[in-house]
Amino acid sequence: MPDAPGLELIRGEIEAAHPGAVLDTGFAQDRAVLSIDPAHVLAVLTWLREAPGQEYTFLSSLHAADYLPAAPRFAVHYELLNRDRVERLRVKALLDDPASPAGGTVGGPAPEDASATAGGGGSPAVTGPAGQALPSIDSCVGLFPTANFQEREVFDFFGIVFEGHPELTRILLPEDYAGWPQRRDFPVGGEPVTFTYNERNYG
Amino acid sequence: MAERAPQAEVGMSSELLDEAPGADRASEVMTVNIGPHHPATHGVLRLVVDLEGELVREVRPVIGYVHTGIEKSCEDKSYWKVIPFVERMDYVSYFFQMEAFCGAVERLVELEIPERAKHLRVIFLELNRIHSHLVWLGTTALDLGAISMLWYCFRERDRILDLFEMATGQRMHTRYFQVGGVIEDIPRGFEAKLRSFIADMPVRVGQYEALLDRNEVFLQRTKNTGIVSRERLLELGVTGPLLRAAGEPWDLRKAFDYLAYPKFDFKVPVGTVGDNYDRYRVRVAEMVESVRIIEQALDGLPEGPYIADDRKYVLPPRSELSTSMESLIHHFKLVTEGYRVPPSEIYYAIESPRGELGCFVLADGSAKPARVHFRDPSFVNLQAFRDMSVDSYVADMICSLGMLDPILGGVDR
Amino acid sequence: MEVERQPLAVERTTMRERQLRARDMLRGDLEGEELERYVEEKVVMTNFEKMLGWARSNSIFPLTFGLACCAIEAPISIVTARYDLARFGAEALRASPRQADMIILSGRVSIKMAPVVRRLYDQMLEPKWAISMGACSSSGGMFSNYAVVQGADKFMPIDLHIPGCPPRPEAVLYGFTKLQRKIQGNPDQGWRARYQAEGTEEWARGGPRSEPSAEAAEAYLAARELLGA
Repeated sequence: MPDAPGLELIRGEIEAAHPGAVLDTGFAQDRAVLSIDPAHVLAVLTWLREAPGQEYTFLSSLHAADYLPAAPRFAVHYELLNRDRVERLRVKALLDDPASPAGGTVGGPAPEDASATAGGGGSPAVTGPAGQALPSIDSCVGLFPTANFQEREVFDFFGIVFEGHPELTRILLPEDYAGWPQRRDFPVGGEPVTFTYNERNYG
Repeated sequence: MAERAPQAEVGMSSELLDEAPGADRASEVMTVNIGPHHPATHGVLRLVVDLEGELVREVRPVIGYVHTGIEKSCEDKSYWKVIPFVERMDYVSYFFQMEAFCGAVERLVELEIPERAKHLRVIFLELNRIHSHLVWLGTTALDLGAISMLWYCFRERDRILDLFEMATGQRMHTRYFQVGGVIEDIPRGFEAKLRSFIADMPVRVGQYEALLDRNEVFLQRTKNTGIVSRERLLELGVTGPLLRAAGEPWDLRKAFDYLAYPKFDFKVPVGTVGDNYDRYRVRVAEMVESVRIIEQALDGLPEGPYIADDRKYVLPPRSELSTSMESLIHHFKLVTEGYRVPPSEIYYAIESPRGELGCFVLADGSAKPARVHFRDPSFVNLQAFRDMSVDSYVADMICSLGMLDPILGGVDR
Repeated sequence: MEVERQPLAVERTTMRERQLRARDMLRGDLEGEELERYVEEKVVMTNFEKMLGWARSNSIFPLTFGLACCAIEAPISIVTARYDLARFGAEALRASPRQADMIILSGRVSIKMAPVVRRLYDQMLEPKWAISMGACSSSGGMFSNYAVVQGADKFMPIDLHIPGCPPRPEAVLYGFTKLQRKIQGNPDQGWRARYQAEGTEEWARGGPRSEPSAEAAEAYLAARELLGA
């Protein structure tokens, strides 16, 4: 794993190339974490994949987490791996929930111009099947083809739209399922078990 | 992707040679649905296949037929209750899911597990690896027509399950690993039984090889079929025996030193061509290597505690409950509420029989995890299936499906 | 439907008498009280029916159908040499539901899979039986969540439930022998018979304090009679 000073160096270099991309760095349990602005996710991942000293060419895992009630609510995690140096680096792209009353400061597709400004500004114009606003981020399938199924899974469970994905449909749940199950405010479901004897006799 | 060159070797008649892929005949493309219920014994995988005659032009896997919502259920349970849930994802290699989750939580709470526990974990993990490869070999050979392999492989598999039952009480889904070590020490007689098993196992593997290695039908079906290049596999995120068969010696047991693996001397089998035959050879060789690891782990098994001593996370021994008030309180807190993990997140990956099995745990300071996600190797490896089967025959597609070794419980979670 | 059981006119009817009565009934010659009594008495197992039941139970063609973890124990493990299902006659596992007798639901039934399983069950030919193996297909198991159907008998009729997670292959074989008894017309009432607890069945529909509806009670009693309880 890149150690803490190495992580700061990476941050510095990315900031030089794409100002405003890196929001935070973290170092816990021997793992380096870069929290970035989702508007720059493709730029940061490309830099990490191609920069001569970095070369994180293997995407181990792409998953998301819901940090409700913290804001920004969602984070898409990219677990990068460099097999030659055997180093892992986690990149977190923090997304806001545009459907929430306060949401919309972070998150959105990459702006047109190359000199990226910090933050997407306002909720993205992506609406889900029921008309609610969905957070969106650029898809990295072009960079890492392994992200194909994994982005579909994130979409399936969280409702995070990946712009540019060739076929963004539900993968694990039935096609017509309504709701984003892995969000924290979605109930677990199931049925209560009816124990008739006890309820009848003991109230 | 795979060029069907060896038609001449197969000795087909000259008319059929005209039907090489890419010929300009206006053939009808037929979309056929295979599954989710099908004779191949790999789980409820549905393949929508575009066929031109017998050639596969496009294959789209449709999954989700055994999606159980395990990750969501885990958010509702205290940490030690999550262990039986995550076991049931990839239901053939259950010890690996336990290790991924327990290892992740141990790193979050920074708990060191004792040496004996590390050795025991390695023993059970490698036994589970052999078990998984035996199930794979039996069912894949069954799909290819070598029906007797099923009986021979499952004969050994039953011996492994007897060992599991002896140590843990259950054949499958044993919930043997706990955060801090293993739940119970191995009983008397386990070591002797295990030694007799590992003495027999290489002989049995030799018997399997004698049946299949130079079998004409098996060779015709597996040689030069389902080839995907190493670079393409790396792009697709494929790990495990599939990647090693293509020539990349990437094994997480050697790359990231976890548990007691650095102490053991074992080889990582690597293939050359990356066809189905190499995948078969890599897995069979891995079985032999696993036997070597178990032997070394058993020889070097240290005396000592089998679970960590930290009462905040590990149940105290029952004998103490009647004498020590503090132990009683610890026990009560652990059983009713469970232990709290400080807010943090981690991704911890191990080498399962199918590839990199990663576990992401997000802890929010309470007794229940806020997010548990498994990066399942079969899920990611399934993306390579299209590359393996397009532009080859349906029969080769079935062979590739077997050699891909998907376990749909892990794919669908 | 309240039923009065009348003792037969003669203490013991011989096979010949019953055959004559059956012939008369088929010809439409039985009427009135005799007909009613014939209908109301216990279902008489003729030797032919017994033989039919014996043949059916000992030559079941199971469907090779595995969903999840239980599939590794059955249908894979019970057909292997140690727990041999073939010795009970169920050696010919068929892949096509149209050729199969019995479906063993081994594993959790997810909401995406439920219509598929129902369709498979419908494609099977009569007489067909369904065994729900394991906790997940019997009742949803440990997965009480949005993705698992809480028991396969929510969408298809199940003849036998086998508990366990996963049940040992011996347990599955024991359940299989119970199914064989059921097919032979001699269903094992299990603990209810042993502890004389017939009539203590509980109704879970409509809430804990509800009585079964009249049609439900009627149908249930008729079914019990048919089985000879």
